[in-house]
Amino acid sequence: MSKKLIVLFLGLVPLLCTCFSPDTPSDRRVLVLLDDFAIKSSHSIFFNNLKSRGFDLDFKLADDPTISLQRYGQYLYDALILFSPTIERFGGSIDAAAILDFVDSGHDLIVAANSNASDLIREIATECGVDFDEDSSALVIDHSGYAVSATEGDHTLIASDDFIKSDVILGSEKIKAPVLFQGIGHSLNPSNSLVLKVLSASPSAYSANPKSKLTSPPSLTGTSMSLVSVVQARNNARILISGSLSMFSNRFFRSDVQKAGSPTKHDKSGNEQFVTELSKWVFHERGHLKAVNVKHHKVGEVDEPAIYRINDDLEYSVEIYEWSGKTWEPYVANDVQVQFYMMSPYVLKTLSTDNKGYYFTAFKVPDVYGVFQFKVEYERLGYTSLSLSKQIPVRPFRHNEYERFIPAAYPYYGAAFSMMAGFFIFTAVHLYHK
Amino acid sequence: MAASDAPNGDVLIRNAFGSVLAFLILLLIGVLAFSIRLFSVIKYESVIHEFDPYFNYRVTQFLTKNGIYDFWNWFDDRTWYPLGRVIGGTVYPGLTLTAGTLYWFLHSLNIPLSVETVCVFTAPIFSAFASWATYLLTKEIKGVGAGLTAAALLAMVPSYISRSVAGSYDNEAVAIFALIFTFYLYIKTLNTGSLFYATLNSLSYFYMVCSWGGYTFIINLIPMHVLLCIVTGRYSSRLYIAYAPLVILGTLLAALVPVVGFNAVMTSEHFASFLVFIIIHVVALVYYIKGILSPKMFKVALALVVSIGLAVCCAMVAVIIALVASSPTKGWSGRSLSLLDPTYASKYIPIIASVSEHQPPTWPSYFMDINVLAFLIPAGIIACFSPLSDASLFAVLYIVLSVYFSGVMVRLMLVLAPAACILSGIALSQAFDVFTRSIKFQLPSLSDHSHIDARDASSENVVLDDTIKTDKNEDTPKERMTKRSKKKEKEPVEKPPTKFQIKKRLSVLPFEASIIAVILLVLLVAFYVVHCVWAAAEAYSAPSIVLTSHSNDGLHVFDDFREAYAWLSHNTDVDDKVASWWDYGYQTTAMANRTVIVDNNTWNNTHIATVGTAMSSPEKAAWEIFHSLDVKYVLVVFGGLVGYPSDDINKFLWMVRIGGGVFPHIKEPDYLRDGQYRIDSMATPTMLNCLMYKLSYYRFVETDGKAFDRVRRTEIGKKYFKLTHFEEVFTTHHWMVRIYKLKPPKNRIRGKNKKSKSKTSSTTTSKRKGTRRNPF
Repeated sequence: MSKKLIVLFLGLVPLLCTCFSPDTPSDRRVLVLLDDFAIKSSHSIFFNNLKSRGFDLDFKLADDPTISLQRYGQYLYDALILFSPTIERFGGSIDAAAILDFVDSGHDLIVAANSNASDLIREIATECGVDFDEDSSALVIDHSGYAVSATEGDHTLIASDDFIKSDVILGSEKIKAPVLFQGIGHSLNPSNSLVLKVLSASPSAYSANPKSKLTSPPSLTGTSMSLVSVVQARNNARILISGSLSMFSNRFFRSDVQKAGSPTKHDKSGNEQFVTELSKWVFHERGHLKAVNVKHHKVGEVDEPAIYRINDDLEYSVEIYEWSGKTWEPYVANDVQVQFYMMSPYVLKTLSTDNKGYYFTAFKVPDVYGVFQFKVEYERLGYTSLSLSKQIPVRPFRHNEYERFIPAAYPYYGAAFSMMAGFFIFTAVHLYHK
Repeated sequence: MAASDAPNGDVLIRNAFGSVLAFLILLLIGVLAFSIRLFSVIKYESVIHEFDPYFNYRVTQFLTKNGIYDFWNWFDDRTWYPLGRVIGGTVYPGLTLTAGTLYWFLHSLNIPLSVETVCVFTAPIFSAFASWATYLLTKEIKGVGAGLTAAALLAMVPSYISRSVAGSYDNEAVAIFALIFTFYLYIKTLNTGSLFYATLNSLSYFYMVCSWGGYTFIINLIPMHVLLCIVTGRYSSRLYIAYAPLVILGTLLAALVPVVGFNAVMTSEHFASFLVFIIIHVVALVYYIKGILSPKMFKVALALVVSIGLAVCCAMVAVIIALVASSPTKGWSGRSLSLLDPTYASKYIPIIASVSEHQPPTWPSYFMDINVLAFLIPAGIIACFSPLSDASLFAVLYIVLSVYFSGVMVRLMLVLAPAACILSGIALSQAFDVFTRSIKFQLPSLSDHSHIDARDASSENVVLDDTIKTDKNEDTPKERMTKRSKKKEKEPVEKPPTKFQIKKRLSVLPFEASIIAVILLVLLVAFYVVHCVWAAAEAYSAPSIVLTSHSNDGLHVFDDFREAYAWLSHNTDVDDKVASWWDYGYQTTAMANRTVIVDNNTWNNTHIATVGTAMSSPEKAAWEIFHSLDVKYVLVVFGGLVGYPSDDINKFLWMVRIGGGVFPHIKEPDYLRDGQYRIDSMATPTMLNCLMYKLSYYRFVETDGKAFDRVRRTEIGKKYFKLTHFEEVFTTHHWMVRIYKLKPPKNRIRGKNKKSKSKTSSTTTSKRKGTRRNPF
């Protein structure tokens, strides 16, 4: 009996932990909004994959009047998958603003559009910095990078292998085969530092309506056009935006692929690997850093002082960990830097590490007093951005901390004392000589 | 003179009676000086006033809590973020230490007054001291009667009241006492030639240096007086004793004050004292040599010395000029330069010119601040010339200089006030002297003539005795001098008594004229008293953090400042930074306990210019400036709703000027339409888009539907606008203080497609509506 209880308890512990611990950034509860329930079965590989990784998927029709993202100010879900490209108006209390608020409060989002994407989906994408081709009937066409298939088509089914070069986003394993893509392209503002092109179109691709004749040059062409993009917002919420819903489908997952002009024919497209790895990134199973135990103290001391003096020697340390999906692993890098900052960095030092997540350095406080900050601004491709700042004032010397006797001043001391002695003798002589 | 022995006892009794009376009068004057300054406490409450006193109050709190060494080494990280300020080294510690000592003293007596109470009442206490010091000083110059009159005048002179009402806890409160007391000790030393008083004098000077930057007035006025004495042939060893120890000891002591430090020997303000120090030694040497040489030899020596001396002097002057010229400000700090060239500051240093108390005063302000004294001063000057002594020469010099300086800067009216009181006191007492004597001589009703004669004679004898006494006093130090110099010296000293006597005999006026003159004088003084009481009660007692206004429906109290500061202290994080124009820096740190970017200690022009630039920039640029300074909240003072004229919009041109002085992309003409400063529909687009305009007038149209600004008496130019980078978090009851929060950078960056953003924006505005406060 007791054994059973213990087992039950042990079984409950991880469950409780995964549900309530704030220390686990991975998403657990995911709301999936669909155009119709057929997608649930046609994209079942993708969904099952998520379920097997521990996600709790909640499928709803996008125009279901009962859906809501939050109740009593609490969000019911950690992430949202929008597989409803044609929806014009969500049911329930959800609208574009609600979804963006959801993102702005730190939750993740996957948006898939396709050739008849609605204005609503486009608006959400635009708000995230992704501009779909404004021509609503345009598709991405590539006459040299299309996927060879049994029936010679209109070259809108593309086999693309122009991935972003980031192990963090796409996993350390190389994507084995080209990714099949059929849908609309989008452009990114180059000055927008938050969006990343994950899958770019090939140089020969362009976006146009395949059914009509091309009259004017297409607005989106070549590698400047993106097929799949990710956004990492400033609050580290992650968004995946794809111009193709069918990219996630079982059909594309299972399909073989041969890129036009390429002799190799892959038995299986790269879609499954690509989408799985990308979803891991989006749902914070990879590339999520945390910094804890920021400490600083004078050399030889342990306690953190309330104030430093100029020219003090100090030690600074921080621990950085990466979330692996289940546990926090030490983060290993050699490019973490700390600034000692007052309007501009006075000290900029690369932190040494013990490869166990502990980063440390020692430096001398500059000869300037003021209110300084220890700043760690760590932004690396694919990783969540770390921005730590800790305020610490630096004071000048106290009145009794200066050197008592300065060697250079000995002539002045001599002058002062000889003057005193001379005056004393003079007074004595003057008063008592007569 | 022979009769002087007979009524000796009578004289003694009269003297004793007189001194007891004088003591009582002085006591009453002290009570008067203290109590006339309590209007602010009775009409409002016992609070610290205005801006600077809040800083002094905060420093005193720190001193009483942490002790003197921590105060000395205090590095304040809550002002001038992120530069911080070394308070211990940049503050005149006299006032703080005085109040701190008072506090400790009271606590050691188990009188548990709060620091605030002590601070509030420091100024009235010290104005009582100041009137006593005035008594002493004037007594040294012209005797007891003049002293008492001057003390009574000073106790209630409006100019001084304006700086020393209860709650006005500023440096001037104790500094005026120190100033007068230093002058008293100087004159006392000059009259007695005592080294004891000379030492006290330098200690008093030290206290003055601790208390106020105005000590440079002393260290320039006294050398000028010494120089004047030498030039007019009044050199004596008493003068030397009064001056030389003051320069040496005073300079050494002044250098001990951290804020002065090496300035005591390195800035031009102090050069005059050293130059005169050299001159007085040369003169002393000349007198000495003259004494030991025969006239012939002396002439030869004179020629030799003069030629060598000239050469040395030229070399010295050249060196000094070179030194001074090599320093960027020519060795003068901006504030002193603006004293010599009144247009200097407004031309070159907007930050100095922007302070209203650094502006030249208007004529009515003289009448307001010293009232009838302005008319009595000339009479006082004339009285000082009959007879002219070293002391009265000092009084004349003091009044002349302070009149000049007060004409340059309103603030220095405060230095003029004691001088005006002293000279008016002299004038009044002399006039009363003459008139009452005339009346007494001719009073027919007094039956016993012989008695009058005796009394009269005795009184004259007393006067004579006095003069003889002073004569003797003046003589004793000279005893050692050689005969020749003695002869020369004696002549002017011996003359005055006879002149005085003659004058006394002559100055008997007709009886009726005397009666009328006395009545008129009493009326004049009564008018002065009425004016002073009115000024103390109505004009100078407002604490300026609480405002009141009378209207048809009764008294209105505007307590918006404290409301805003309380909001800040209760609703923001301890380490949040609040940006505002520097006027409100001290109050924010003291009352809200939040870090500020700039404050009333305007030591860093660039930092102030940065804030000025932010205020005069469009919203986005301003956000970037503030964000780089880690600012969380922006505070603006706005008087448009209730008609409070000294708000930020009226100060705005100074922000533009100060900002433009450092960051040239801010140009004053951009904010002016045809040279006119306006905020109505004719205003320039730069003006209508700058942050200050937006923060002041955001949602203003919602109050009356027209957006009518009651200070500028016009409708504003741009009524409906939204803020993108700032959000309103608090507006006080009368809209006098508005606090905005900087929005964090956008979480996402929008794409380029111009889709309707109506939905998102409508939700945000509706949300804001929920948190909006009803303005009334």
